[in-house]
Amino acid sequence: MAKTEAGGTMKEGKERYKAGVLPYKKMGYWEPDYAIKETDVLAMFRLTPQAGVDPEEAAAAVAGESSTATWTVVWTDRLTACEIYRAKAYSCELVPNTGPGTKTEAQYFAYIAYDMDLFEPGSIANLTASIIGNVFGFKAVKALRLEDMRIPVAYLKTFQGPATGVIVERERLDKFGRPFLGATTKPKLGLSGRNYGRVVYEALKGGLDFVKDDENINSQPFMHWRDRYLYCMEAVNKASAATGEVKGHYLNVTAGTMEEMYRRAEFAKSLGSVLIMIDLVIGYTAIQSMALWARQHDMILHLHRAGNSTYSRQKNHGMSFRVICKWMRMAGVDHIHAGTVVGKLEGDPLMIRGYYDTLLDTHTPKNLEKGLFFEQDWASLNKVMPVASGGIHAGQMHQLIHYLGEDVVLQFGGGTIGHPQGIQAGAVANRVALEAMIMARNEGRDYLKEGPQILEDAAKWCSPLKAALDTWKDISFNYDSTDTPDFVPTATGSH
Amino acid sequence: MMTNIGNRVTQGQFSFLPDLTDAQITAQIKYALKNNWAIGIEYTDDAHPRNTYWEMFGNPMFDLKDPAGILMEINNCRKTFPNHYIRVTAFNSTRGVESPAMSYIVNRPKVEPGFGLVRQEAEGRSIRYTVHSYATDKPEGERYGK
Repeated sequence: MAKTEAGGTMKEGKERYKAGVLPYKKMGYWEPDYAIKETDVLAMFRLTPQAGVDPEEAAAAVAGESSTATWTVVWTDRLTACEIYRAKAYSCELVPNTGPGTKTEAQYFAYIAYDMDLFEPGSIANLTASIIGNVFGFKAVKALRLEDMRIPVAYLKTFQGPATGVIVERERLDKFGRPFLGATTKPKLGLSGRNYGRVVYEALKGGLDFVKDDENINSQPFMHWRDRYLYCMEAVNKASAATGEVKGHYLNVTAGTMEEMYRRAEFAKSLGSVLIMIDLVIGYTAIQSMALWARQHDMILHLHRAGNSTYSRQKNHGMSFRVICKWMRMAGVDHIHAGTVVGKLEGDPLMIRGYYDTLLDTHTPKNLEKGLFFEQDWASLNKVMPVASGGIHAGQMHQLIHYLGEDVVLQFGGGTIGHPQGIQAGAVANRVALEAMIMARNEGRDYLKEGPQILEDAAKWCSPLKAALDTWKDISFNYDSTDTPDFVPTATGSH
Repeated sequence: MMTNIGNRVTQGQFSFLPDLTDAQITAQIKYALKNNWAIGIEYTDDAHPRNTYWEMFGNPMFDLKDPAGILMEINNCRKTFPNHYIRVTAFNSTRGVESPAMSYIVNRPKVEPGFGLVRQEAEGRSIRYTVHSYATDKPEGERYGK
């Protein structure tokens, strides 16, 4: 006798397992009364059902296809404790400002709970193979976006987490109470090793803490990787002796194979580098491996988020960057590019604050305004240092500190190397602007409002800062963000 | 004499700004106290970038909440070691931090001897680098001519 529950769901019995096709909702993947367990992995999808498809059925289909279901009933389910392994869609609500009467077709926030035993311990690859493996090409949905996840403490504890973490990084580099300063070597491509190291030396001696390889600097005909590492470490050590500070260069070890990446990382270590760098495009498993290596060898691991905008930028399909932040904190990187608010790349201020909180907090409360749909206890995993890079300059220092706080690497690439008086002067301008603003903030001044005046005052005795302010004073990138939060109190329109 | 732009060690939060006045130091002390951070005073004659443990001028002042009293301690240290580096560090004991939250230099030698870079040529094109403090060329206690 089939046991029929609310909504016509049949969880067990002969009727449930009759050969043929049943709606996912009826197969046990829709359970509005489900009591969430502390150990469940939770996911929230923004889904756009195909015309005529019941949104709850679409949500159930996503739950089904990302866990145990296939398109038809299979009797072999009855050999398993299948009720546990079925993911449960437990809520499906219309996204504010979508649907009839708006400019956007109806979208729904669908919440799904997964039993922790669906996932292999310590494997981002396995977690993602389920959660984003199949469902994004599913015909019943026109578009689908993974907005957020809640990872249970028990599952988090199966991950190493950041190799070094914000606290140890600061202790190792002896830099406290202010953001780090960095720059990316420009031009991105074409410099010889010797010329490249010159840029690194000038920027570090002028006052930056880090210089960085760009994401696509690996080992090209104009500069093979060993040459770059050798010249960069000459620059780092010489600048360290000149200033009495610990300095670093992110040596990008990204390569075509793990074997080659390990080879490059070992060479960086043998030269005394404090950091290495990888790109997101190397893949989740490679990232986890490099994080283990970095922990084992006292190395800070910088991650460039190369490629993420191909799937994180559009609001209706793909996945939110905050999910990448969560996965990367689990995977074990120490730095990740997470937006600037004021620079040249995409970013709504509150959304970016949400990414930063995800990387830095020991516990993140639910906050719809910041796009954080779940409370998250980080189970003492180390903190990841966010990196703000792309189109920022000294004249924005008050805004940068206001929006991004002090646990961040501010990367002024063009804003250092493009300085009219040279690279060292560019670095001095950035460092003076930073220190003046931190001092003002600590003194309790309204530094966001008085920021331009604080910078003008410092520029009176610091001519490199004056030149920087004169050059970039009016540069800003004011475009609308494509990715903004949707929440009820003052929902923004869906673009 | 150091060759960088400020001719000085640039460790700490404010080394690129003009030397802090007592009023500015007091404002920073107040910020630390407002955050419930304990302030410690440390001094050294060897500001090597990897010299983590400067000498403590007493323990961090966990129970002293008066900015004027803390400034007095800083000035005592300056009087005792006028030609040393002195830094003020604020310790945050919050879970998830438990580490310094501020660190800035409030006193320096009149002439900062700086550091040399020793290069040991190793296999291939590799070089083993050593940052060497000129200050340590003399025995401890005889540096800075005193």
